[in-house]
Amino acid sequence: MEYIIIIISAVLVNNIVLSQFLGICPFLGVSNKISTSLGMGGAVIFVMALATIVTYLIQKLLLVPLHIEYMQTVSFILVIAALVQLVEIVLKKTAPALYQALGIFLPLITTNCAVLGVAILTIQKDYNLLESVVFAIANAVGFTLALVIFAGLREHLDLVLVPKGMRGIPIALVTAGLLSLAFMGFAGLV
Amino acid sequence: MSYFKDFKRGILKENPVFVMLLGMCPTLGVTTGAENGLGMGLATAFVLVLSNIFVSLMKNIIPDKVRIPAFIVIIASFVTMVDLLMSAYLPALHAKLGIFIPLIVVNCVILGRAEGFASKNNPLSSMMDGIGMGLGFTLALTLLGSVRELLGSGAIFSHSLVAENARTMLLFIMPPGAFLALGFLIAAVNRLKGAK
Repeated sequence: MEYIIIIISAVLVNNIVLSQFLGICPFLGVSNKISTSLGMGGAVIFVMALATIVTYLIQKLLLVPLHIEYMQTVSFILVIAALVQLVEIVLKKTAPALYQALGIFLPLITTNCAVLGVAILTIQKDYNLLESVVFAIANAVGFTLALVIFAGLREHLDLVLVPKGMRGIPIALVTAGLLSLAFMGFAGLV
Repeated sequence: MSYFKDFKRGILKENPVFVMLLGMCPTLGVTTGAENGLGMGLATAFVLVLSNIFVSLMKNIIPDKVRIPAFIVIIASFVTMVDLLMSAYLPALHAKLGIFIPLIVVNCVILGRAEGFASKNNPLSSMMDGIGMGLGFTLALTLLGSVRELLGSGAIFSHSLVAENARTMLLFIMPPGAFLALGFLIAAVNRLKGAK
């Protein structure tokens, strides 16, 4: 039951993009087409789950026993950067098909603040390892959901006449605002 | 004179938020009030200036292949400093900004300036660039924070401007309001630039 609450809360109620404002850069950057946003979403789910496991272990087995919790930011971002590189190399060798699909999105993920954000949030919320993994995957799914819906809206946005000053990013932000408003309807669900 | 140019560029012409659209997460996430926007802007500016100076000083020592991880380590060190300093001296603001303080590390403005400017220029112009970009970022966040606070709770810097039980547009201090306010602000900036 606890896990279901974590999942619903992370995917719908506290959606990472639309109510927590993490991962806005890829949300605005790679949301022009549904297919690319699905690719990005897949890569984020994969990396976020892995990164959360690794950073969780680092926090519990290294930082806390040595009393150097203040090194959290430095160590987490380095681990995530290294992990993304590693995933890229391993995928290229072992699963070329998957690499073809996710490859170009992987380098972008290092600077995706959602990955670091979820890693830090997991520690703050004091989850155990299994809860952390569930939380990470649920957040990544929420990210993908928001990204895909937004891409669908933007594909249609190309076809309508928009006032000159609002073209491009401004209208995209207003659309995101309306989408965020829709997601607020889930408040109180958990 | 070129130092002044480095300084001026970040404030309007290449404003990181309104023109280059960098650092969107903290821009949208913390600007529920003018005070938060100002605090976040200054914290980011502090990291930006110091990391620009250090990256510029060390640009000849850092091997080209590992420059991005090296930049990230430099930035993360300063972010940790800001994090610790703020929790010691400004605990209330630190609590309000929360997770967005450690996330200054992944603010694309900072890595963008390190890679795009500081790694190619001398320390003094990098410092000026950092100050200008930092001020531009702070201005943008404070402006957005003020607009949202004014519309959402009828106040600026927590000084209330409306009657006590006046109905304000609460929407603007909630998440959707962030997107809407920034969208219209960017549209206004585009309009002003077009008019010139």
